[in-house]
Amino acid sequence: MIHDTPVTEDELHAYVDGELPPERRDAVEAWLAAHPDDAERVRLWRTMSDMLHAKYDHVADEPVPARLALDRLTQRPRQWALTATAAMLAAFLIGGGSGYVLRGMTAQTTATASFTGDALEAHRLYVVDVRHPVEVAASERAHLQQWLTNRCGWQVRAPELDAQGLKLIGGRLLPGPNGPASFFMYENASGERFTIYASRATSTSSNMRYAAQDKDAAMYWADNGIGYVVSGPADKEKLTQIARFVFDQTDQAGRKL
Amino acid sequence: MPDFRDSVEPMIPALRRYARALTHDREAADDLVQDTLVRALRAEKLFLGGDLRAWLYTILTNVNRNRRRSLARRPVLAEYHDDAPEPSGTEAEGRDIARALATLPNDQRSALLLVALEGLSYRDVAEIQGVPIGTVMSRLARARAQIRSVLDGERPALRRVK
Repeated sequence: MIHDTPVTEDELHAYVDGELPPERRDAVEAWLAAHPDDAERVRLWRTMSDMLHAKYDHVADEPVPARLALDRLTQRPRQWALTATAAMLAAFLIGGGSGYVLRGMTAQTTATASFTGDALEAHRLYVVDVRHPVEVAASERAHLQQWLTNRCGWQVRAPELDAQGLKLIGGRLLPGPNGPASFFMYENASGERFTIYASRATSTSSNMRYAAQDKDAAMYWADNGIGYVVSGPADKEKLTQIARFVFDQTDQAGRKL
Repeated sequence: MPDFRDSVEPMIPALRRYARALTHDREAADDLVQDTLVRALRAEKLFLGGDLRAWLYTILTNVNRNRRRSLARRPVLAEYHDDAPEPSGTEAEGRDIARALATLPNDQRSALLLVALEGLSYRDVAEIQGVPIGTVMSRLARARAQIRSVLDGERPALRRVK
């Protein structure tokens, strides 16, 4: 071996993409001269980029279609564009709420938004279900909690919300963005349903964030590496109140582990 | 705020290129760009600074992810081109790279296009995709290995689950 530090595959990519620190350039070039297989791979990767440009650059040279003119988009937004799905509207609101001001916040904001979007989507999907809103009913609460704990890998407890007039209907397991998600549904005397969605989050902890779409709204926060979304009818005050009760109980549950 | 629009406008051609390569469908691509622009314009007052270009790519990437998610719930009726005459030269290469791109998982395709076609930095792509830089690099490496195997005419490698 000629060189002290061998060149990694990541460095070969970084070399092709202009991301290599200048002080490693000589080492990489010497490596490529001595390793024809790697030199061939680098050549192929460059060819791929050339092929992509050859194939798609003409799109950027086309005149922009009239329907993408900014003036037109602001005057009369098309209906389909307004009927945003839950995930994107949540992305929009949360992204907007936290401002996109700080660079570096973007990734976290996007992840939070899509997390909240997933939860809100599940909420909207299941609350309208009269006969099968949950997989395991509240009558089997202990079994439900144990099952979700086993599957999710953290202590899952259905919060007690009787004091808020909310009765547990039951729960189910859902696919989440970073693994399984637990999902509980509650109902009050007037038939309004609230859901609590929890799954592994990318951020360890965060402040509460509110997003509303049409008649539904969601409150998101992360705590001990778990993200929680409480969804329900769009009533910010009420949702905040419920979210705080859920937070108090899940926070304690987290500490018990 | 005319300044905001003046900054968005010159980026539309590149957004169209990225969307076309992502979807390989002219109409779907322009729908994505339109959706992205509508969202960006609505957020105009909330955008107080930062990297506008990366932000637009972030919106487009998310809109696409969402579109794919809703498409995934429906059967996909793809256009069927099998009787097309065999093209030659660069045309054949162009078709090959499109075919190879189509075999990639969405996140890998997006990472490769953002870096190799749109020229964004690894750091920007990490922010756009909401993942660490190391994940971007492994997506890039897998995407390039897969494209190579398709271009080499090998049986496409089995998709690895993250």
